[in-house]
Amino acid sequence: MKKIEAIIKPFKLDEVKEALSEIGIKGMTVSEVKGFGRQKGHIELYRGAEYEISFIPKIKIEIVTQDDRAEEIVEVIIKAAKTGNIGDGKIFLSEVQEIIRIRTGERGTEAV
Amino acid sequence: MKNKFKYLSLLVLIMSMTSAVFAEEVVQQAVPTIQDVVGKVDAVQKNANYVWTLIAAFLVFFMQAGFAMVETGLTRAKNAANIMMKNLMDYVLGSLAFFFIGFGLMFGTNPTGFYGTDGFMISDFAKEKDLWVFAFWMFQVVFAATASTIVSGAMAERTKFIAYLIYSAVISAFIYPVFGSWCWGGLYHGKGWLEKMGFIDFAGSTVVHSIGGWAALAGALMLGPRLGKYGTDGKPKAIPGHSITLAALGVFILFFGWFGFNPGSTTVAGGDAAKIAVNTNMAAAAGGLSSMITAWILFKKPEATMTLNGVLAGLVAITAPCNNVSTMSSIIIGLIAGILVVISVLFIEKVLKVDDPVGAVSVHGVCGAFGTLSAAIFNESGFTFQLLYVQALGVVSAFVWSFGLCLIMFFIIKKTVGLRVSKEEEMEGLDIMEHGNIAYPDFVHAEK
Repeated sequence: MKKIEAIIKPFKLDEVKEALSEIGIKGMTVSEVKGFGRQKGHIELYRGAEYEISFIPKIKIEIVTQDDRAEEIVEVIIKAAKTGNIGDGKIFLSEVQEIIRIRTGERGTEAV
Repeated sequence: MKNKFKYLSLLVLIMSMTSAVFAEEVVQQAVPTIQDVVGKVDAVQKNANYVWTLIAAFLVFFMQAGFAMVETGLTRAKNAANIMMKNLMDYVLGSLAFFFIGFGLMFGTNPTGFYGTDGFMISDFAKEKDLWVFAFWMFQVVFAATASTIVSGAMAERTKFIAYLIYSAVISAFIYPVFGSWCWGGLYHGKGWLEKMGFIDFAGSTVVHSIGGWAALAGALMLGPRLGKYGTDGKPKAIPGHSITLAALGVFILFFGWFGFNPGSTTVAGGDAAKIAVNTNMAAAAGGLSSMITAWILFKKPEATMTLNGVLAGLVAITAPCNNVSTMSSIIIGLIAGILVVISVLFIEKVLKVDDPVGAVSVHGVCGAFGTLSAAIFNESGFTFQLLYVQALGVVSAFVWSFGLCLIMFFIIKKTVGLRVSKEEEMEGLDIMEHGNIAYPDFVHAEK
């Protein structure tokens, strides 16, 4: 099983969610996060003094899935989240040891 | 059906009763004399004066909410509950202080020209049996509270709450009323030395705003800047306020309240109020426009908080001359005030290195002084150097009186109960440390 963590631009969340629903993804976890990468921060203005916002607001989507669906999901996220500008975000793929559904105690792919 | 009949008979009964009353009146009424008519007209004017003065007083009262919103909008969320408490308590303490001490000092019989000596606790009512003193007192107490609330913005985010309670009571009981007696005592039983010289401050550019603004300067100077306001190189850093939305709401409320502040200062229901309302409106509009353009040129962006300050700058500046300048002059006064406030905010922050989070010193102190001078410069019945001299004398005496006394007062507070909170408390936020509250517990985390 794989975990897909995608950091995307906040206003792209709806498009990504729609696209994932269309290929039958039934669950995901979304959090509001802040950070910076190559885009760095940006300069804002307040009462004549400039100040740098070094941590830019982003959205993190987490999806856990069977191994064979991971690439497809990655493709769909890239297609939906891409603007072509710096700051589009990143996707991380990692192995997941176990999944357990709290209500029933089911484990493994049953619990996805 | 039965019900309908009941109502109908009731109606007939009422009608017959009222017509009987009318008939009786006609019989009793003799031909009215001229004195009767004059008396009735006077009574109408008198009652209208009550209504207008009280409505204006209630409008000015609402400015407390405006100040609270401006101040909290331009400061951080971790101090929001503290700012609300300060704005509430300065009115609470100010009302009591003005009742027991301030009103008498300001409007009592004034043999020296420097302070009033009687009329404390509205005692004149017992002597004169004239209810007017209540309407007049109500209108004056909201002005006193405005003067003291100005200070809280400049000293925001780092002042000990107990110190705030003490100084706001002293301002309402003593510093504001004594200066007020010099200029406005003649509105009631007094006669101050400045008004004897012909000093013009119709609604309080100097009496209310400069007194508050210079007290704010003394306070901010004595406190020192907020942690993190100036870098090690001495350059000012932005500490953005937590809600421009609330700050803008506050400015709208203040703008609205000012229609009581200036036009209400006639305390007479009459046509003058209409002209004053237009002058007030135009100066505010001009101030908003010129401050926006100034910010746009200097910062390449029409910055919101400076534009909000610009509207207030126009309002403060027109407060003294609103009744003795033309509407065209009001626009010019507003335009100048809007430019002045932006330059003054930058000067105070970058050159004087005094941390005034909301721009209270620039808006109320500097633009109050400018507005007072403009009452002479733009005087509708002609400019004279004599009047300019008197206006300048008023401006200087307000600065010496308020700034000087407040420096002494804040020094005493600093040496006794303490003026500033600890570093830990300032970093954690005054809400949780001073009040045990968080302004927005389920909404955002207070920033460290």
